[in-house]
Amino acid sequence: MSEGLKQTPFYDVHLELGAKMVPFAGYDMPVQYAAGVMKEHLHTRSKAGLFDVSHMGQVILRGPNYETTARALERLIPMNVLDLGVDRQRYGFFTNDQGGILDDLMFANRGDHIFVVVNAACKDADIAHLRNHLEPEITVISLENRALLAIQGPTAETVMAEYHPRFANMRFMDVDTLPIAGAECWVSRSGYTGEDGYEISIPVAAAETVARALLAHDDVEFIGLGARDSLRLEAGLCLYGHDIDTDTTPTSASLNWAIQKARRADGARAGGFPGANIILRQMENGAPHRRVGLRPTGRAPMREGVEIFADETSTDAVGKVTSGGFGPSVEGPVAMGYVTADLATVGTTLYGEVRGKRHPVEVSSLPFGPANFKR
Amino acid sequence: MKYTEEHEWLRVEGDIVVVGITEHASTQLGDIVFVELPEEGDTVSKDDEVVVIESVKAASDILAPLDGEIVEINDALTDEPSKVNEDPMGDAWFFKIKPSDLSQMDEYMDEAGYKALIG
Repeated sequence: MSEGLKQTPFYDVHLELGAKMVPFAGYDMPVQYAAGVMKEHLHTRSKAGLFDVSHMGQVILRGPNYETTARALERLIPMNVLDLGVDRQRYGFFTNDQGGILDDLMFANRGDHIFVVVNAACKDADIAHLRNHLEPEITVISLENRALLAIQGPTAETVMAEYHPRFANMRFMDVDTLPIAGAECWVSRSGYTGEDGYEISIPVAAAETVARALLAHDDVEFIGLGARDSLRLEAGLCLYGHDIDTDTTPTSASLNWAIQKARRADGARAGGFPGANIILRQMENGAPHRRVGLRPTGRAPMREGVEIFADETSTDAVGKVTSGGFGPSVEGPVAMGYVTADLATVGTTLYGEVRGKRHPVEVSSLPFGPANFKR
Repeated sequence: MKYTEEHEWLRVEGDIVVVGITEHASTQLGDIVFVELPEEGDTVSKDDEVVVIESVKAASDILAPLDGEIVEINDALTDEPSKVNEDPMGDAWFFKIKPSDLSQMDEYMDEAGYKALIG
């Protein structure tokens, strides 16, 4: 075991299953199991993959009532929090005064509070940010006593419906509190793979029992961070610190869709979040660079950092790959990255430089495969 | 059969040496998704990067173990890189080299030496 790394409540289970552990955001995490990245990826797309995401930050925001708490959170994120229905979840991001993205997150209206899940690498900074800007009006509670699992794939619903019929009729982004193997779990119908599935917050004391119960199903296998990355890449989903960061704005990241009408320039509660001037102007006029899908036409993977050129000879790069690798379901290399806005049209042929040679890539729509969410 | 510290195996066939990577190396690399081979007729020097292999995790180079001329490449690997995981010691050889100095083989390990290296 590596020194100073934290363990999730599933650590012993990972080792039992032959996981290869690596340091990730201060935790000792499974990058793959005995099956390997390729098989784990394909298993998730055909059956059900179980993911330990307990390293992520789980936070409760509690004020005198939902409206007060929602209005407070709206000061930090450009989303419509106020009108989110009870037991509904939404994707969002914290912005900074320059219009950059501090972290992305999921938030849910749980009636008397807001439940927020943030990235592992950013969670300390996010919690400090929330406390600085929301307390004392809103209480910010970092939950250290809950684990987080995701179950993803076409048979996830069948597996979960054995625990409660409500699992089957939850819609994409619905949230509920449901029992699994005797534990009271907070469940959302969402994920990070492009597949249908659930994300499940579990009291630490019951975490291992719940994981072992789920793993007892024939269709369910634990899946490591390696396949989690190739799954989300095929699904066109951003990884914070790679595809989005403080240097990317919502418009450049092609995330305008995540900013609801109420917060846009002509909305009921326009602006009022950090960087609003820049973000709202870019939503109107565009950004100089855009995040796009990049599909190498050859077989060579183009990984993070590969420079993109307009043609085979020009000296100045027009963009860069921010995530890339092999897509096991696509059966070929896939990537995403930023290119200048004039070249961001789907179908444009550009060139990625790998080991000194330029190979054609096509600007592609995202996701690379069909999304299988339960609408 | 001889082995290099870079986890290549070398099998002498007359005046030709067949080169591949070991089972141990293919397992460590994980699922292999891309192989770029040299061209037949290339003259290479020992330690030149002659093959690129990429797994789902990362890219690695295979170095020429000997000075010589590449006389044949295993083109099938370009279309089916996963063969390197399935049969690294057999069908999934990378290239055949005609060494200019066969005595360069002497510095490489035998099977017992290689087994000791990988533990």
